[in-house]
Amino acid sequence: MSNQQTDYPEGASFYSALRTRYRIAFIWQSLFLSALLIAIVALTALIYNVVDGAFGFIAYEYKKAPTQFTSTPINDLTQEELLVILKENLSSGAYNKLNDEQPMEERSQADLLNLFLERLVRIDTKGTWSMTDSLFRGDEIRAEVAEKYPDAILEFRSWLTPQFLVAPMSSRAEFAGVRTAILGSLWLVGIAILFALPVGTGAAVYLQEYAPKNWLTRVIQTNINNLAGVPSIVYGMLGLALFVRVLEPLTSGSMFGVTDSNGRTILAAGLTMGILVLPVMIINAQEAIKAVPDSLRQAAFGVGATRWQTVWHHVLPNALPGILTGSILALSRALGETAPLIVVGASTFISIDPDGPFSKFTALPIQIYQWTTRAQSEFHAIAAGAIIVLLVLLLTLNATAILLRNRFQRRW
Amino acid sequence: MKEETLNIKPMEAKNFRQFDLKKKFRFSEFIIQGSLFITGILSIFVTVMIVYELGKEALLFFTNPDVTLVKFLGTTKWQPGIGQYGIWALVSATLVTSAIAMLISLPLGLASAIYLSEYASERARSILKPVLEILAGIPTVVYGYFALLFVTPILKSIFGDELQVYNMLSAGLVMGIMILPVISSMSEDALHAVPRPLREGAFAMGATKLETSLQVVLPAALSGIGAAVIIGISRAVGETMIVAVASGAGPNFSFNPLEAAETMTGHIARISGGDLSYNSIDYTSLFAIALMLFLVTLVLNLISQWVVNKFREQYE
Repeated sequence: MSNQQTDYPEGASFYSALRTRYRIAFIWQSLFLSALLIAIVALTALIYNVVDGAFGFIAYEYKKAPTQFTSTPINDLTQEELLVILKENLSSGAYNKLNDEQPMEERSQADLLNLFLERLVRIDTKGTWSMTDSLFRGDEIRAEVAEKYPDAILEFRSWLTPQFLVAPMSSRAEFAGVRTAILGSLWLVGIAILFALPVGTGAAVYLQEYAPKNWLTRVIQTNINNLAGVPSIVYGMLGLALFVRVLEPLTSGSMFGVTDSNGRTILAAGLTMGILVLPVMIINAQEAIKAVPDSLRQAAFGVGATRWQTVWHHVLPNALPGILTGSILALSRALGETAPLIVVGASTFISIDPDGPFSKFTALPIQIYQWTTRAQSEFHAIAAGAIIVLLVLLLTLNATAILLRNRFQRRW
Repeated sequence: MKEETLNIKPMEAKNFRQFDLKKKFRFSEFIIQGSLFITGILSIFVTVMIVYELGKEALLFFTNPDVTLVKFLGTTKWQPGIGQYGIWALVSATLVTSAIAMLISLPLGLASAIYLSEYASERARSILKPVLEILAGIPTVVYGYFALLFVTPILKSIFGDELQVYNMLSAGLVMGIMILPVISSMSEDALHAVPRPLREGAFAMGATKLETSLQVVLPAALSGIGAAVIIGISRAVGETMIVAVASGAGPNFSFNPLEAAETMTGHIARISGGDLSYNSIDYTSLFAIALMLFLVTLVLNLISQWVVNKFREQYE
């Protein structure tokens, strides 16, 4: 025995070998921890980057001085005054078009003021700066602007304002808002959930409560797991081929007498989203149903309930919080999906609110994508603003899911 | 005597129903079970539709007399509109960005998984875990913004003018951060599933925590980690928005990460975003690419499931 162990260190050399081993262990432990720190740094950088972009200096000039239209200072103009100015100075064609979108008298003062600045005074943005630059290099920026654009006005602007939330899309970053995009996203997510929640729950109930243990069940289960891993853009292509082209009479609404659209509608995109989140939905619902203990079912069967009575009165009510939590998480995935929407044909520019499942659509992530890929820095600023809106929406959804889980989760 | 007792009916009221233990056919139950079955089978239908619709258009592309297999696999320029069908122009970019992403996410994800599973105290876990969960929940278009407007400028200050504004490096790096939580959470689950006695056995032999983690726990969890890596690759190959925003528009056969190049997914997103006439070669070619993507990710997912089932260490 002792012969075999001779090459192990003993005595002093054992302790020095042990110290080396501990040193190596410490180094590796630090490396493991630093991987997590890198993840934290990346997350911090991402959030900082977005917030940094959404606030900052903007330098702009007026193409026409406001004094040409009125003697009152811009911010003191009332709704009536603005109405008069707009009516006098806009061409009648442009005025009527705006009036058709929304009657001028019903528009708010802020809305009219924006129109005044956008159409008549015509702000011309010379440059924008990030928040960090604006805070720490304020003097340099001021000097630079004073030298290059002597007429320009420099002010600190928050791109994320209440006006940004309610203003429709605009071709000028300074006046653009995310109203149509948010409404579009809500429509899409709504349709997706209307499709995926009942179908997903049904499939989960079938697989957990009814399905016999045979090859077909195994195929369905494997297939669902695989579908969950299919890239979202492939679902987009499916939506394009199936909902936009083959089912065009349904998705364009021509079956229901809607004539002015093609298949690239909210309905087509919403159904695509529904199919996209379906596998996730089924898997989550299955987990929730699995968590309901068997004794409940046996008790129900014991008093003579049929299978469906057992499911409807005992299994589903107890699994409901889990199913809802899962569907909220699936919903938040749908809210952030971009690629399938691009493929299905989100419109690049819409300034009117979607008014039904057959209207054209845009969505929050689509706007972010388009604004990010524009060259001008003011569009990057509103992209950052839109990202904050999207992240806050997602955070709210997830917080709701967690609250729901903690509130209703039962331990058996 | 015996027959007599059997013939006696204990209750002879007319409305008494003979008790029958056979399962009764109930029409409403049948309908409900039928419709539940249909929702269950719908997922198969979705897969069939994907294969059918994508295959149909892809077939139109491949049966086009202008498209030959030699051109498709043998050339390196992709522009179906003018008769260039070299798929490698797109595949190369997918390979480069995915490789960079895996180079980032595999070591980082695995290291975080080991730390969370083996080292972290309960309190540290409750702080560190949500960070990864938030990273996993951020929409990919936001990562695209981050890649283009944060990472690219930083890389620009390192590499200077060699780096193009749109480049595969920045897209790949950010994609790595995006995939990190996927790999880390799947690997952590695998490490967590290794039973405690294995660790205690190693400690009893005098092994340090590191030796236990790397030489006992890690090998035992290898199948789960392998599955995580494969899922990570499949996510990288299918990722669209980061590459669409940050890696450039226009196919480019290049393995230089500092250059701009378009991946398969990025190409689909850009071309289908414009107005595309059905039945054009551009349109059908997108379906050929999408079908390839679908098959590649399908095979990767199947392999990952197979790896888990085949190489799982069974305890007890």
